[in-house]
Amino acid sequence: MQAIQTENLTKRYGKARGIEALTLSVAQGEFFGFIGPNGAGKSTTIRTLLGLIRPTSGSAQVLGRSVTGDRRALLDEVGYLPSETAYDAGMRVRDVLRYSASLRRRDCRTQASRLCERLELDPARRVDELSLGNRKKVGIVCALQHDPRLLILDEPTSGLDPLMQREFFALLEERNAQGTTVFLSSHVLSEIQRHCTRAAMIREGRLLACDRVETLLGANARRVTLRGAADPGALPGVRGLRRTDEGMSFLYSGEMRALIDALSGQPVDDLTIAEPDLEEVFLHDYAKGGDAHDGHEA
Amino acid sequence: MTVTKHELRQGRAPFAIWTASIGALMAVCILLYPEMEADMQGVSDLFASMGAFTQAFGMDRLALGTLLGFYAVECGNVLGLGGAMFAAMTGACALSREERERTADFLLSHPVSRVQVAVEKLIAVLLQVLAMNAVLLAVSLVCIAGIGEEIPFEELLRLHTAYLLMQAELACLCFGLSAVVIRGSAGAGLGIALMAYFLNLTANIADSAHALRYVTPFAYAEGAEILESGHLDGTLILLGAVYAAAAVAAGVRHYARKDIR
Repeated sequence: MQAIQTENLTKRYGKARGIEALTLSVAQGEFFGFIGPNGAGKSTTIRTLLGLIRPTSGSAQVLGRSVTGDRRALLDEVGYLPSETAYDAGMRVRDVLRYSASLRRRDCRTQASRLCERLELDPARRVDELSLGNRKKVGIVCALQHDPRLLILDEPTSGLDPLMQREFFALLEERNAQGTTVFLSSHVLSEIQRHCTRAAMIREGRLLACDRVETLLGANARRVTLRGAADPGALPGVRGLRRTDEGMSFLYSGEMRALIDALSGQPVDDLTIAEPDLEEVFLHDYAKGGDAHDGHEA
Repeated sequence: MTVTKHELRQGRAPFAIWTASIGALMAVCILLYPEMEADMQGVSDLFASMGAFTQAFGMDRLALGTLLGFYAVECGNVLGLGGAMFAAMTGACALSREERERTADFLLSHPVSRVQVAVEKLIAVLLQVLAMNAVLLAVSLVCIAGIGEEIPFEELLRLHTAYLLMQAELACLCFGLSAVVIRGSAGAGLGIALMAYFLNLTANIADSAHALRYVTPFAYAEGAEILESGHLDGTLILLGAVYAAAAVAAGVRHYARKDIR
């Protein structure tokens, strides 16, 4: 049984784009990344998985249960952190945590106080007086306090300071080591790169790629930085070319030998060939529409 | 009953404000009665000769000079209209509030079925309407005892039962609406309450508009008619219950299947 399985999942909102024929599979115990720019359809996918919106067509299963079936049983084992965390005015943090636990018919007080301590969240504060980051922490505790089998996190780090982000990811890594599946949606690619084993990319509602993060990273691109007057010319596989005073830098996805041949005999002061950041690979994909893997860009 | 409890807690402030305001107005009306009683005969005659206005408020059928007649017109209008506005507004915000305030994702990502959420919210609305009416009846009884009048229990209970049923019907109608109207639902609720009130006034004035009585719940909460006949109009109440049940069923059905914004 997969933690998440979608088959041609489509959601359209009249004229507005949602998601289109999304087929995705996340195994139990995975730390899975879901990358895409704002408005790509990440939240639509997640809200469909949680039964908040109904798919237009296709199917989706979460922990073996259809998202259009019994939501109660499905949601019992899921912890969800929405991208926008809002709570009823006038409530204190501890009221929200208790309300969440009692909606789950569970006593989560021990776990809640442990999480509040780790995230430095004061349970006596009023939620409407909290900063964005602290409201996010309330959401994190609500998502984690009942020890779910699957965590679905929609842009979880927005508003959290870097130290708190580290603590948060440490928490997720611990949960993942204990067997919890983590589905992390983000447009911050470094988060995905650092923590996820596999990732899917989505743009304009469509799945671009889904693979192991290292495969996605190293699939066919290297960051080449050249110092000197050398120029590879119109070599196939060069993209994102940027000229600097000292030389140039580009992403290269062609044969390594062809690159070396092209540069041999040319004035090269220094040459660095490194794995590119996921970020630069995808920013390029987003910018160029995803299909322009060749060609120059000055 | 977690959702019901939460709704009651969240609704405390508006409940307290509305109940206190209506209670204060009713108390003032009742406490002024002894002072006005002496002049009432003249006032009664005056009110009885104001044509359509007299008819609209049922004052052609009521003796304003008696406590009950006075109560049915003054307190009946205050409680009838005030209670109806509170009930309609509370009902109209029940299902829409979460989506408007963006808390729906939080609530509905918990293992609670939407039907259960809707039913628990409806129970909370009806409990608030019931509690408000209980408090206001108590205020009335205390005030009437305070001015040294004999308490006409049976008639008072009959009047208040009618007001309660009318408010419950309005609350249910607006509850159904709240599954569909997200923004401006409180305003829509108030509008419905006022429209129902004026439809009844129209039905009282014009014979040709008599059929409106079968539409507005104010028709069976008409103080003059209840006191005159000595009983509640079962047909109108039953009809109202059918409208209420239909609105609730349609609302819950829509809420259970809709895309949450």
